[in-house]
Amino acid sequence: MSAGVRAGLPGGHHVLSVHVENKAGVLARVANLFARRGYNIYSLAVAPTDDPNFSRITIVVDADSAPLEQIVKQLNKLINVIKISELDPRDSVERELMLLTVNAAASARSQIIELVDVFDGRIIDVGHDELTISLADAPERLDDLEVLLSPYGIVSVQRTGRVALPRLERSSTPGSAGHLRVAG
Amino acid sequence: MATNDPTEEMPARAANDAPLAERRTVAEHRVPTDGGAALIRSLELEGVEVMFGLPGGAILPVYDPIIDSSIRHVLVRHEQGAGHMAEGYAQATGRPGVAMVTSGPAATNIVTPLCDAYMDSIPMVVITGQVPTTAIGTDAFQECDTVGITRSITKHNELVTRAQDIPMAIRQAFHIATTGRPGPVLVDIPKDIVDPKHPNSKLEWYWPTDEEVAASLPGYKPTIKGHPKQIKEAAALITAATRPVLYVGGGILKARAAETLRELAELTGIPVVTTLMARGAFPDDHPLCLGMPGMHGNYTAITAMQQSDLLIALGSRFDDRVTGRLDGFAPDAKIIHVDIDPAELGKVRRPDVPIVGDCRLVIEELVRVLKESGAAERQPDRLAWKQQVSGWQEKYPLTYEPSLPGDRLKPQFVLEQLRDLSPEDSIVTSGVGQHQMWASQYWKFRHPYTWINSGGLGTMGFSIPAAIGAKVGRPDRTVWCVDGDGCFQMTAQELVTASVERIPIKVALLNNSYLGMVRQWQEMFYDERYSEVFLSPDLPDYVKWAEAMGCVAIRVESPEEVAPAIEKANSINDRTVVIEFRTDSAEKVFPMVPSGLSNDDVLVFPGEPT
Repeated sequence: MSAGVRAGLPGGHHVLSVHVENKAGVLARVANLFARRGYNIYSLAVAPTDDPNFSRITIVVDADSAPLEQIVKQLNKLINVIKISELDPRDSVERELMLLTVNAAASARSQIIELVDVFDGRIIDVGHDELTISLADAPERLDDLEVLLSPYGIVSVQRTGRVALPRLERSSTPGSAGHLRVAG
Repeated sequence: MATNDPTEEMPARAANDAPLAERRTVAEHRVPTDGGAALIRSLELEGVEVMFGLPGGAILPVYDPIIDSSIRHVLVRHEQGAGHMAEGYAQATGRPGVAMVTSGPAATNIVTPLCDAYMDSIPMVVITGQVPTTAIGTDAFQECDTVGITRSITKHNELVTRAQDIPMAIRQAFHIATTGRPGPVLVDIPKDIVDPKHPNSKLEWYWPTDEEVAASLPGYKPTIKGHPKQIKEAAALITAATRPVLYVGGGILKARAAETLRELAELTGIPVVTTLMARGAFPDDHPLCLGMPGMHGNYTAITAMQQSDLLIALGSRFDDRVTGRLDGFAPDAKIIHVDIDPAELGKVRRPDVPIVGDCRLVIEELVRVLKESGAAERQPDRLAWKQQVSGWQEKYPLTYEPSLPGDRLKPQFVLEQLRDLSPEDSIVTSGVGQHQMWASQYWKFRHPYTWINSGGLGTMGFSIPAAIGAKVGRPDRTVWCVDGDGCFQMTAQELVTASVERIPIKVALLNNSYLGMVRQWQEMFYDERYSEVFLSPDLPDYVKWAEAMGCVAIRVESPEEVAPAIEKANSINDRTVVIEFRTDSAEKVFPMVPSGLSNDDVLVFPGEPT
């Protein structure tokens, strides 16, 4: 992507958290199903859960490509799929990791470092005229930093698929034993 | 449930097999064995009595223990035949069909039957050989990515990589194939884990319990029982409807629910349409039976659905061949949709009352609720609806123009004769095309599991191998394979299998020397521009060909020869008989809802303005 203006998700998106058996070929089954039925995957992240027999696949689905209900039902038919939860972006915490290399001539370098600081990102590699930055945050924050850095000339961007978990329930009574929600 | 039909309650496994199996498995527990022996033993313990297959390099070690097995192996002439035979066997008996073939080209040859079984929800287990585990991924001789190729056309598939996993993999395969929405399961077996000469093949025998199988599949729990609240809502809709229709699909047969369906229909007096996959699920001679709906359905079945105010869809899936143009389909109907596959509910048409569950259990429960609430007696007066329906039946029966003297035979006439001269419980199989539609239209199905065809995938060449499989499963029945000349040429080689294995089927070959259905579309929708549809009436010479394959062969060209030929075929029970009927090339299948039109636009007769 040449500039930081990334095409967003038209018509919104759904995040599916798919609990699967951690077996050879399961990701292929899931991906195959999306391709076969004409559903679009926007991003995808896979990793084993705390129980190594199972993995969690976090799929961001283009909401317009098919009715979510049909996608979920078809996924549920896969023998290796244990459980599917839809994570409403408003009720979940989402994170994505971005590695970004940007042109950073001496004159611009301090501005860029300042910007990265504001976003709580890190400079992880430094070259003569370039910097590589890492930022793990909500996907919209990654978008923002990308836009702000684009005037300097982005050399390359690599983003992971997003991972997500439901927001924790909190008691509405102040002072009771609720979980603290991290902002962002 | 009491039933007169022996096929209705046929157990999924041979009933006397289980205790014996348990005794044996306990005795054999932990005995060292090899993967090949364990595979065949597992099939025996699953109650497999027959399998269809063809050996080759990668599956060779598994063919050795077959010699000593109780399982009958039918050696086919092409792997596609093995798959369709397993399908025919499964549909005729209700038990899973089993096919076994080698790797590479054999696996790709059985792809079509797998897809066919997937589309028509047929329980089938296919075992494929695979190159040794050490060679996988190296483009070895006869290697292909079988599991990858068949992923989207099987209910499940698995590459087994360790000999010790074989008994569990086989148990899982049968469990998955036969429960929930049935379907094909493929088990891919690398050569080294079944070859007794290879150390990778060693295992200690075990036989997993049902509980262990269930626990090994944490993501697989089909919903069998319908939700009581939904069933009550369905009963309420039924009680209120003035123009209801029971829209019955193949799921009724898969659920062994034909008797239960009849009880529901008779209790409520609601007419029944049986889709192509459900022919025989409700007797055609029953006063409530309207026959087949859809693209080539009869006017009454199509129109009753169009004008109904309540469609009770039971094990049917709103296929495009049934609905016609979707936005014009049954516009005033509320929908009750019962299916064991949750993904079918709302896939095509949003139901007002969706019910996930086994059709038989749901209908039984529905009948109970209707009876207990006295709802059946409180139903509105539907006299007007009944009169309307019977009016259509009188006005628009299935018809065709009889042939004039000297003309080619009319295929409809041949099928009427075949129907009237053959045992009423004959099993009929068909391929795909015009002959399939005529067979479905003109046969009078009175029993479930007597009609076997390729509905969803539309596989030409299905009929002959399916008939062979059906005859293996039901040797007591007459099995008529209705076929077209295009279909016949695709799988005729399996008649050699039928002759060699002494599986006497009867083939009614409707030879109109065309790919007839394509010809019909070209005539009607492509301005009579016929492109690549002519097959020649004489080439091949079907009589000589059939005789060369060990069959009795008869050629029939005039109407007066039809009955004697059929009677002769029905009297021969030790050999396969092929009757070639020379039929009228110009004959078209009617009624017809042209593709893309609404079911309101059904053409009842040829020449009707579109």
